[in-house]
Amino acid sequence: MAKLIDSVKTFVNTKILKKVHKRESIDSKYVLETRNLGISFGGLKAAQNVNLKIEKNEIYGLIGPNGAGKTTVFNLLTGVYQPTEGAFYLNGEDLTGLPQDKINHKGIARTFQNIRLFNNMTVVRNVMVGLTNQPEYHCSLFESIFRLPRHFKVEKEMRKRAKELLRIFDLEDERNNLACNLPYGKQRKLEIARALATNPKLLLLDEPAAGMNPNETEDLVNTIKKIRDEFDMTVLLIEHDMKFVSGLCDRITVLNFGTVLTEGDTKTALSNPDVIKAYIGG
Amino acid sequence: MKFLETLINGFSIGGIYAMIALGYTMVYGIAKMLNFAHGDIIMVGAYVIILFLPINPVVAIIAAVVLCALLGISIEKIAYKPLRGASPLAVLITAIGVSYLLQSLAQIIAGPNPKLNNLFEKLFPKFLETHRGGIITIGSFNIKLSTIITLACVAVVMVGLTLFVKRTKTGRAMVAVSEDKGAAQLMGVNVNSIIMITFAIGSALAALASTLMMLDGQKFAVDMGSLPGIKAFTAAVIGGIGSIPGAMLGGIVLGLVECFAQMAGFGEYTVAIEFSILIIVLLVKPTGILGKKRREKV
Repeated sequence: MAKLIDSVKTFVNTKILKKVHKRESIDSKYVLETRNLGISFGGLKAAQNVNLKIEKNEIYGLIGPNGAGKTTVFNLLTGVYQPTEGAFYLNGEDLTGLPQDKINHKGIARTFQNIRLFNNMTVVRNVMVGLTNQPEYHCSLFESIFRLPRHFKVEKEMRKRAKELLRIFDLEDERNNLACNLPYGKQRKLEIARALATNPKLLLLDEPAAGMNPNETEDLVNTIKKIRDEFDMTVLLIEHDMKFVSGLCDRITVLNFGTVLTEGDTKTALSNPDVIKAYIGG
Repeated sequence: MKFLETLINGFSIGGIYAMIALGYTMVYGIAKMLNFAHGDIIMVGAYVIILFLPINPVVAIIAAVVLCALLGISIEKIAYKPLRGASPLAVLITAIGVSYLLQSLAQIIAGPNPKLNNLFEKLFPKFLETHRGGIITIGSFNIKLSTIITLACVAVVMVGLTLFVKRTKTGRAMVAVSEDKGAAQLMGVNVNSIIMITFAIGSALAALASTLMMLDGQKFAVDMGSLPGIKAFTAAVIGGIGSIPGAMLGGIVLGLVECFAQMAGFGEYTVAIEFSILIIVLLVKPTGILGKKRREKV
């Protein structure tokens, strides 16, 4: 009965009253702070009371068994889903309820669990799409249709920037190949390059090491560290490979059934008996 | 000579179909919907030209292109945008509804009588004094000036559009949206504005096509856009809907078929022949000539 009332309440609030969360900035020393972030689909609470506090230049892990709600949290943080409860703040600025492209402008970029590149575009054009809405590459539609000087200048700069990004990931030689023809590991790297092109403050990586062999994984660990140092980046990642997580993440949050099981520095959190129980069962 | 004339006419008529087909194919590629009101934009363009002709023919053409682009944007905002994410059938029926709305409004505003179309006379009065009917004759070879203009316009539009899509950041964003709307949006591409630009370009091309039709002496009627619209849609499907080069190819194929069928004496059957080609292409290659197969991941 309580569930029914709950779902009716949510329906009335979101669909009929269109009650939108009122955005208010807060004082926060964290790059990302979430307060009681949650979403329910009808009666199913896919995530609730998620509180994350991620400091600048941190590599932060979000782990948990299958169906724990990790990707749901990513979808909330990027605007794919609108949270039904709580709010999240990037450097204290409330981004709750903004559309996906606005959130990206504000500085959250992501990669996907199932790679979602623009397959029939070349590698360099994939990265250039990420540069599209950067203010420094602004060029009005009028200027590009009539091919005024600024159009050529901006295009040249975008191509140069895209090449620079590709160089970091050793993809420069592949730049004129179609994205779908790249080997798997390089596709993952290209996704990260494309996300970095949007000039984010926080980078969300959804299972970056999935499907990689040990060599590629080790390479990825170094690449992510390099990104943090060179781009002054903060990284939040989802991963199942525990060796990868303990080798890379400063702190982690463990999710189970949509709620936070535990959080803290990687070693302590991983040795928590509840975590082991959640993973192995029993 | 007869063969060459037919070939050139085929390219010119095909070019007009291609121009209209580009509107269908771009909107389908980006918004994943069939805009059946597209043909009626042609009619609106023709009406705007007739309205503004007494002022100045060039002003009339520019007004038609600009107003049609604005009309395309407004239709998208009012009729299609609220339905984004709705079932494709609902969007399709809305598009058909918009098409009838435009036709009925035109009937009320313009009245049932056909309007005088003297765009060609107004644009080239001196040329008509020396060349009867606007036809250039070289030996036994006859070609209309309007055909030459059409060919030139079509070539410019095709090259321009290809450059726009390939070489500009808006064009790149369009391709990205047509590949994966969600991913493009998460990479900071404003999908709403891309869809708006697509409708504007498609409708402006329809207005340009209507200008070329008027130049060739087409009379204004409220349903003048229906048949070219359907044929252009056929062209887009033959070429592979969603593909820009496909729409160009499909349009030209259809134009050539139409003209050669007429030359061979099957004038009454041209429409039947065109749609038979559509059926054959769909049987052999359901994605159209240049269409790409989309594999759904399970």
